[in-house]
Amino acid sequence: MNALVTPDLGGPAQPLLKVSSLVKHFPVKGPLGKKAVVRAVDNISFTVQKGETLGVVGESGCGKSTTARVLMQLITQDRGELIFDAAEVNSHQLPLRDFRRQVQMVFQDSYSSLNPRLTIEQSIAFGPRVHGLSPAVALARARELLAKVGLEPVRFAGRYPHELSGGQRQRVNIARALALEPRLVVLDEAVSALDKSVEAQVLNLLLDLKKSLDLTYVFISHDLHVVRYMSDRILVMYLGEVVEIGPAEALFTRAAHPYTRALLSSMPSMDPAQRTLASPLTGDPPSPIDPPSGCRFHTRCPHAEAACRISKPLLFPTGEHHEAACLMSIPSSGHSRSPRGDQSMRHTP
Amino acid sequence: MNMSLTNIPSPAQMVPIETSPGYWTSVGRRLARDKVALLVGGIILALVLLALLGQYLTLGDPYGTSMFKRLRPIGTEGFPLGSDELGRDMLSRLMLGARLSLFMGITPVILAFFIGSAVGIFAGYAGGLANALIMRTVDIFYAFPSVLLAIALSGALGAGIDNALLSLTLVFVPQIARVAESVTTQVRSRDYIEAARASGASAFTIIRTQVLGNVLGPIFVFATGLISVCMILASGLSFLGLGVRPPEPEWGLMLNTLRTAIYTQPWVAALPGLMIFMTSISFNILADRLRAAMAIRS
Repeated sequence: MNALVTPDLGGPAQPLLKVSSLVKHFPVKGPLGKKAVVRAVDNISFTVQKGETLGVVGESGCGKSTTARVLMQLITQDRGELIFDAAEVNSHQLPLRDFRRQVQMVFQDSYSSLNPRLTIEQSIAFGPRVHGLSPAVALARARELLAKVGLEPVRFAGRYPHELSGGQRQRVNIARALALEPRLVVLDEAVSALDKSVEAQVLNLLLDLKKSLDLTYVFISHDLHVVRYMSDRILVMYLGEVVEIGPAEALFTRAAHPYTRALLSSMPSMDPAQRTLASPLTGDPPSPIDPPSGCRFHTRCPHAEAACRISKPLLFPTGEHHEAACLMSIPSSGHSRSPRGDQSMRHTP
Repeated sequence: MNMSLTNIPSPAQMVPIETSPGYWTSVGRRLARDKVALLVGGIILALVLLALLGQYLTLGDPYGTSMFKRLRPIGTEGFPLGSDELGRDMLSRLMLGARLSLFMGITPVILAFFIGSAVGIFAGYAGGLANALIMRTVDIFYAFPSVLLAIALSGALGAGIDNALLSLTLVFVPQIARVAESVTTQVRSRDYIEAARASGASAFTIIRTQVLGNVLGPIFVFATGLISVCMILASGLSFLGLGVRPPEPEWGLMLNTLRTAIYTQPWVAALPGLMIFMTSISFNILADRLRAAMAIRS
């Protein structure tokens, strides 16, 4: 009966998803018809452990959503590979169709992500039907899932998306993502469009579902409070690159990269005495079409030095499971604040 | 981690769920409350009935000529709507003419609806190079004024109903394909299509289950609006001798043959034109009302 079940292949220590050297550039027509590329995702690598929530943060346009869409294989990467539970995605080991069953996504726009002409149970049952369940079984599963996400099937199964509130629609989207019994769920700004009280309900629902269904999340958001609440580890992106990755608490208490520190200090505080007075980051990020040389953050970094314009820092360990891509963390990098050490960890551009 | 499927109730145990009226049901309800839509719908229904049953309803002889009873005015004994230049009963001919006129007006649009939708939806969903190739080819046809294209194709193929239908179909395919392509391109970028792709469905399944329901409506409205254009074009072809051949009654052809009598019997000569006008404006208004009814948030 359980036609959709997939066994755990590599055991608990095997990362569920391993992303290596992922590159995605989009061609655009520059001024005067010049061909240019937007370096939306530029050589990023990370792993997602089984059962964890990996938070992904960064400003608008830093490549978070492109990363999500490549993870989902909705767009194909230019370079790099995805290893899902020890099998290469889109190879004979793990054909795309099998991969899709195990990885699902919840989109930001709850309205646009539901077909307005289908009742919500039809929308949820679509995936299982594609994978060969009979209509009756697929609909039964849809109703079961509606109950799981807190929507009474009798009241909601036959409704159309426009009759539901934003929070209810996002619950439907979560149910739809779960309908294929995925192991990894990519949540791309899944709660960003909801108001705060509904957001909290949906976040708690996501935490409950994660526990009861043994899920792994990649949680993308620009809201640091929410990411901290949800994530075990956090990955910080800037202009298509990973600038810091580490355990959530370590990253919030001992952020190593000046960009992460700037993001953290720009978080609105609940305490009026702790008001953020000066904006820690000014201006928009530079264009991903022509990113700055060396460290991409040097144009906005308060500690930028000549070395930052030349050397491109790679991720370097700054603590347990904690890495940052900053010359200030890399010994003998040529930056005046770099820790002293004789082993040369300097990275050439 | 796997949701067990053992506790799923069998269909017989399932509680009936509350359902909402579907999109088309609510469109239908809105149309039913729209008095103008009901009026023009009634006119169109009457015309269709006339087209289907006209040959059993005619009192006079639509083909019988008489040199002594030519161009009688409206209201003449035995000729309620007068007689034409060959002394045939206008009322019978107008009634019987509905059949060919409507046939010539609707058939090409239906054919073009299927062909144009298929072409446009494919181009819109495929995108990229395939889209560019198909749509630029369509644009070449689109560059010609439709009247000119219809006449040129019809003239090249030769006179006759079949050829007129074919050329009119070819005139409308590019127009419908364009609309179909543009709505499909819009729908294609929605997240629910991405979600369907992410569930592993094939392009064909996605088009069938997710795209069609969202694009056929707007294409249908556009096609309904084309019926009036098509009727006028078909009448024009008949007027030029490229469509229906005498003595078959067809409004465009009748308008043509009666134009010489415009000074002697202006009212009789204008009757076929009046029928064309009434029919095409009815279809136009219906398309307009349909568009309004479908504009509900769905």
